[in-house]
Amino acid sequence: MSAEPLQASQPEVPRRALREGLESARQSLVRSVEDAGGIAVMAAQVAVRAVRPPWRVGLTFAQMDFIGVGSTLLVALTGLFTGMVFTKQSAGAFALFNAQSLVGPTVMLSVTEELAPVFTALMITMRAGSAISTELGTMRVSEQIDAMVTMAVDPIKYLIYPRLVAGVLMAPVLCMVFDAAAFFGSYFIATAVEDISAGTFLTKTQFRVDPGDLFMGLIKSAVFGLLVTLIACYKGYNASGGSKGVGRATTEAMVMTAVAIFVFDYLLDVLLIPWLG
Amino acid sequence: MPEPRPIIEVRDLHKSFAGNPVLKGIELSLTEGETTVVLGGSGSGKTVLMKHVIGLLRPDRGQILVEGEDIARLPERELSRVRRKFGMVFQAAALFDSMTVFENVAFPLREHTKASEKEIADTVHQKLEVVGLRNIDHKYPAELSGGMRKRVGLARAIALEPKIVLYDEPTTGLDPITTDYVDEMIIGAKAKLRVTSLVISHDIGSAFNIADQIAFLHQGRIRLHGPPDEVRRSDDPELKKFLSTWLEKK
Repeated sequence: MSAEPLQASQPEVPRRALREGLESARQSLVRSVEDAGGIAVMAAQVAVRAVRPPWRVGLTFAQMDFIGVGSTLLVALTGLFTGMVFTKQSAGAFALFNAQSLVGPTVMLSVTEELAPVFTALMITMRAGSAISTELGTMRVSEQIDAMVTMAVDPIKYLIYPRLVAGVLMAPVLCMVFDAAAFFGSYFIATAVEDISAGTFLTKTQFRVDPGDLFMGLIKSAVFGLLVTLIACYKGYNASGGSKGVGRATTEAMVMTAVAIFVFDYLLDVLLIPWLG
Repeated sequence: MPEPRPIIEVRDLHKSFAGNPVLKGIELSLTEGETTVVLGGSGSGKTVLMKHVIGLLRPDRGQILVEGEDIARLPERELSRVRRKFGMVFQAAALFDSMTVFENVAFPLREHTKASEKEIADTVHQKLEVVGLRNIDHKYPAELSGGMRKRVGLARAIALEPKIVLYDEPTTGLDPITTDYVDEMIIGAKAKLRVTSLVISHDIGSAFNIADQIAFLHQGRIRLHGPPDEVRRSDDPELKKFLSTWLEKK
């Protein structure tokens, strides 16, 4: 007799778990749609302000220095080792077909079109995106942004616009730094370690990699630069709930940016390959 | 002698958050040149009221007249023009922590005037003098005490010589001596600059020290508004309950 109520309650457990799972998924979806809408609104607010003064030149240069100059070494190192590793792996595989002459063009095509813009954007996200999100989040929860509004200073123009402009302008520059570093890394491993002649490496690379490939990487980089700074600014600007809220905003900004970079990488490939590929 | 005119009038102000009414028909009038303290307990809606007065929040219903102009429905760009009539001192000062004291006070001057660097420096030092501070130009907000931060906050708020200064809980979290300093600072600012002040506070002692008018806010409504003596003598049961602890100490 005592076992009956236990048996009767057992189907309730998976049903409740399912309900909770569906509710959690629904809330995540609603939050994602709200975030997408909020980011689009912020982008529109910046676009409207971009065509009228003040131009905030000093602040924009300061952000270009922080996002661009400050990230150069990190991006160069990432590019150098990416080129070296990719060349080492490719040389081993191509040796099976006695086609080592294709190592240079294969590595550099992958770098210019895919690896440079994506890895550069991820490096900017880690270094500058997290700092932007934390700085704006702290300003929000300590009422510094409200203070700016009460002083009749537009925080979108003062805080967001310079960061977005700097992101769009500096990400392609950093992408070129990545390209150059990856080329040197690849050239060094190919010629010094894998016994591929310098002439073969340079000639084949020059023959296969054209300006369109470089240009595609730079366009992607500009879009990623916008995404990184826009998402970091949006999350930081709308942070709430003290230091815990700032931490949460930064984490969400990093995750959202990383996902957005890969999604937009695919979309841009689809869009750009017919024109530049 | 001309009758003092209201510089700010709040009429039938209503505001709810997620269906919870916070302000339920506020009526409040601030006379030019006077210090009005809105007194009330935690959660009574004081800060929400102040944020409406400077246009940081939009009301669900009602009017906020600043020198006769209703700011409740003004577009953002127009609001910026009206906000230049205000200076605001935040509860935790809200100084820009990446800037020095000098840069904080100079910020509104650099944004809204075409003054030379020398003129800006003179004005900054003059405003810091008004709040009793010297030789702290190069310090960052993190290097200052709570009371000093509030004083720098006031120096920044009065940099453009506004007509109205708003203080959000100016004495919260301060020791009694620093509270007295801040009270003197508010009285001094009124005397030296002839500004109209709106102070949001739950510090009863400080309110009676600095106020020309006290408005008691309870459960989203102004229950009483008058000079400090009138408020002290009031028979309003909620006000008596609110004042009882302080009166017993006195």
